Amino acid sequence: MIPYVTRILVKSVVTLFAIATVTFIATRLSGNPIDTFLGDGLTTEGRAELIRYFQLDGSLWQQYLAFLRGALSGEFGLSFVDRRPVTEVVGDRLWASGQLLLASVGLTVALSIPLGILAALYRRSWVGSAVMMLAFTGYAVPSFILSIVMILVFSYWLNWLPVVGNATFAHFIMPTIAMSGVLIAALTRFTRNAMLDVLGQDFIRTARAKGLREARVVLRHGLGNAGVTVISVIGLQVAGLAAAGSVVVESIFSWPGIGQLLVNAALIRDYPVLQFGVITVAVAVVIINAVTDLSYALADPRIRLARS
Amino acid sequence: MMMTPLNPPVLSVRDLRVGFGETEAVHGLSFDIHRGETLALVGESGSGKSVTALSILRLIEREGGQITGGSIRLGDTTPEEITTLPPAALRALRGDRIAMVFQEPMTSLNPVMTIGAQLAEALRLHRGLRGGAARDAARAALERVKLPDPEKRLDQYPHELSGGQRQRVMIAMALSCEPEVLIADEPTTALDVTTQAEILRLIASLQADMGMAVLFITHDLGIVAEIADRVVVMKDGVKVEEGHTADLFAHPRAPYTRQLLAASPRLGEGSPTPLDGAKPVLQVTNLTTRYGGGMFSRAGSVAAVRDVTVTLGQGETLGLVGESGCGKSSLARSIMRLVEPSAGEIALLGTRIDGLSRAALKTHRAHIQMVFQDPYASLNPRMSICDAVTEPAYLRGMVAGKARRDLAVDLLERVALPADAVDRYPHQFSGGQRQRICIARALSVRPRIIVADEAVSALDVSNARRVTDLLADIQQRDGVSMLFISHDIAVVERVSHRIAVMLKGEIVETGPTQQILTAPQHPYTQRLLSAVPRLEHQRAAQRRADMSTEANTLETA
Repeated sequence: MIPYVTRILVKSVVTLFAIATVTFIATRLSGNPIDTFLGDGLTTEGRAELIRYFQLDGSLWQQYLAFLRGALSGEFGLSFVDRRPVTEVVGDRLWASGQLLLASVGLTVALSIPLGILAALYRRSWVGSAVMMLAFTGYAVPSFILSIVMILVFSYWLNWLPVVGNATFAHFIMPTIAMSGVLIAALTRFTRNAMLDVLGQDFIRTARAKGLREARVVLRHGLGNAGVTVISVIGLQVAGLAAAGSVVVESIFSWPGIGQLLVNAALIRDYPVLQFGVITVAVAVVIINAVTDLSYALADPRIRLARS
Repeated sequence: MMMTPLNPPVLSVRDLRVGFGETEAVHGLSFDIHRGETLALVGESGSGKSVTALSILRLIEREGGQITGGSIRLGDTTPEEITTLPPAALRALRGDRIAMVFQEPMTSLNPVMTIGAQLAEALRLHRGLRGGAARDAARAALERVKLPDPEKRLDQYPHELSGGQRQRVMIAMALSCEPEVLIADEPTTALDVTTQAEILRLIASLQADMGMAVLFITHDLGIVAEIADRVVVMKDGVKVEEGHTADLFAHPRAPYTRQLLAASPRLGEGSPTPLDGAKPVLQVTNLTTRYGGGMFSRAGSVAAVRDVTVTLGQGETLGLVGESGCGKSSLARSIMRLVEPSAGEIALLGTRIDGLSRAALKTHRAHIQMVFQDPYASLNPRMSICDAVTEPAYLRGMVAGKARRDLAVDLLERVALPADAVDRYPHQFSGGQRQRICIARALSVRPRIIVADEAVSALDVSNARRVTDLLADIQQRDGVSMLFISHDIAVVERVSHRIAVMLKGEIVETGPTQQILTAPQHPYTQRLLSAVPRLEHQRAAQRRADMSTEANTLETA
């Protein structure tokens, strides 16, 4: 187990370094930020001074080395806009995004695993068809459409739910559903297929031949095995959600999270915020992946024991 | 002599009918099993024997089947009717009064649960045992099947055990609640002969201890002869014959039983006479093939083939025998250079082909062709038979355009398939026919050597017999040489001029077939030969049958 964990850690560090580099290059490709947010009315000297102040002088290579040096010592620079360290700017937003992500993952797991099992067990009856129909529909609706329809129905017409912010539990309902919609659909389908696959295997017949109740056959022997593959998919999907889903949904619902921050930072070329924001998301993705790998190993003794 | 013992049967099946949708798989089957008796249910694939086994526990309903008629009664004093039992009562009986052991030990255990947990499940359910008591009982169950180090095994997972060990666990699990009836569905078919012999002995001794009835399902008449008291022969869902093992083997009445007995491979049937001074077509010298040990692999490399030297003469068949994992297939693949040998020489028709580049190898490849084990997986389902059998020749530029069809017809004729097969697709053929198609494909480039890797292992005995006969005919006619790889020594004997015995990557013994079989030198060969189930061993069973009949006669007298 120890070498396995070490390998995951090394892989994670390499990934993070690559992402930091790509982010740095991508932001530099998009032009000089001083011109974007100060633009007209700036004297040549004033411009040069600002460039020095924000350490945008020097070759790209020098800037990159400075960026790496800073990153290693935890210094990611100041936000161009509000002149605070980016670690603070992003840190303020972290919890809001984390809450939304946890709520979405919780909802996804709570709904899609039972639904997937139902769809597998009753695949020949209307129950299975209904679940799969819902899943296909959910899969086909993008989160921004789902968000707009929900806002129209529940806020504009019925006036039940608030749209902007994250103050109360009611604020969570629509963003959580918007974030997890596609995920629930995907994971339901996946759980169903994994369960169908496992339930057709020989050891399920062995379990039934022992006289076990159907519930135990399905949950202990069936889900116990299907779970191994389901975990890996949850990990992948959650990582994707952390990276991409939050940007759209947070923008729509003005959720004070990292996704919204990133969109704004990109629009005004606030490099330090953008860089650190992306790195933060990358760290989250890498952590989620590492946890997935570990839980995968914990759930499947063939992996756990082979790698120990 | 009485046909059946007089005490009431513990399991009685009457006029059983099982259907899958519209089609019926078992048409009115009846048989009885008594305490302490072993009844063998024999038949080829599709005969309905496994369907019958699964029907007794009504597990067939989970496989899409339905018992449509007849009765299954369990118990000798107050019989219970299984076919109409409500689900809860049925579950109470499964694993407790009737237990089952399945064919495939590699997949029949749950891979993510420990052996101990899987054993404890049935004990908790049927005996109400929990915690330490369940663990003790589980350990006792493992001790009963003589699995070494039972305490350690309880905490292990199935993948840490070998196939034979897993089958012991399956048997321990089945017997943990001391059932009245044990159903064993081809329990040794997936195992090597030496392991098979151990498992068969184990089941017999446990049966003697516990007095349970055993319903043993198999296609192997050698096993039947060794273990069964009585036999029911099935074909196409119908019982064709039933009788005491010795009687049935000595005087088979039904034509199908006779056919099955004639087709069954048995040792000592005779083999082709060795060829003297045959010109060597293939010479393998000190061949070694290693797997693994790459730059990123922590484990060292493993030699699958170690320092092997063999010669194959023109028109000769060399049988290569050994257990699974001994390196038979690796040797064949190394000779064909499908895997790269790490040392040694291979001379094909006098030309060294080891070390040749892929391009240079191409001209030599046609001289050796291969026939694989699984005829279902080794034909592309989307290719017509015409395209499939002529593909090697087409790729070598030996045939093109309209001539392909003529060649296909000719090839099919040589493997005794009708000419109209050319336009059909693999799924329209049976396993035996497919294997003929694979042989036709191998013949398309007029090879000098055919490597048959377990080519008849997936076939029923009568199909296997036809395919080996066909191979022998082809050899007679074309003078082709054959490397015949099989774990089944009886089949190897029938076709081979010489035999090479392989163990752990090395060839431990080589010689003319009769010499190897009658005077094996290496201890491993001796062990292998003594483990083969034989029809002649039925005397032991007959003695046992006589004894039980006598005992019953005494009891009732």
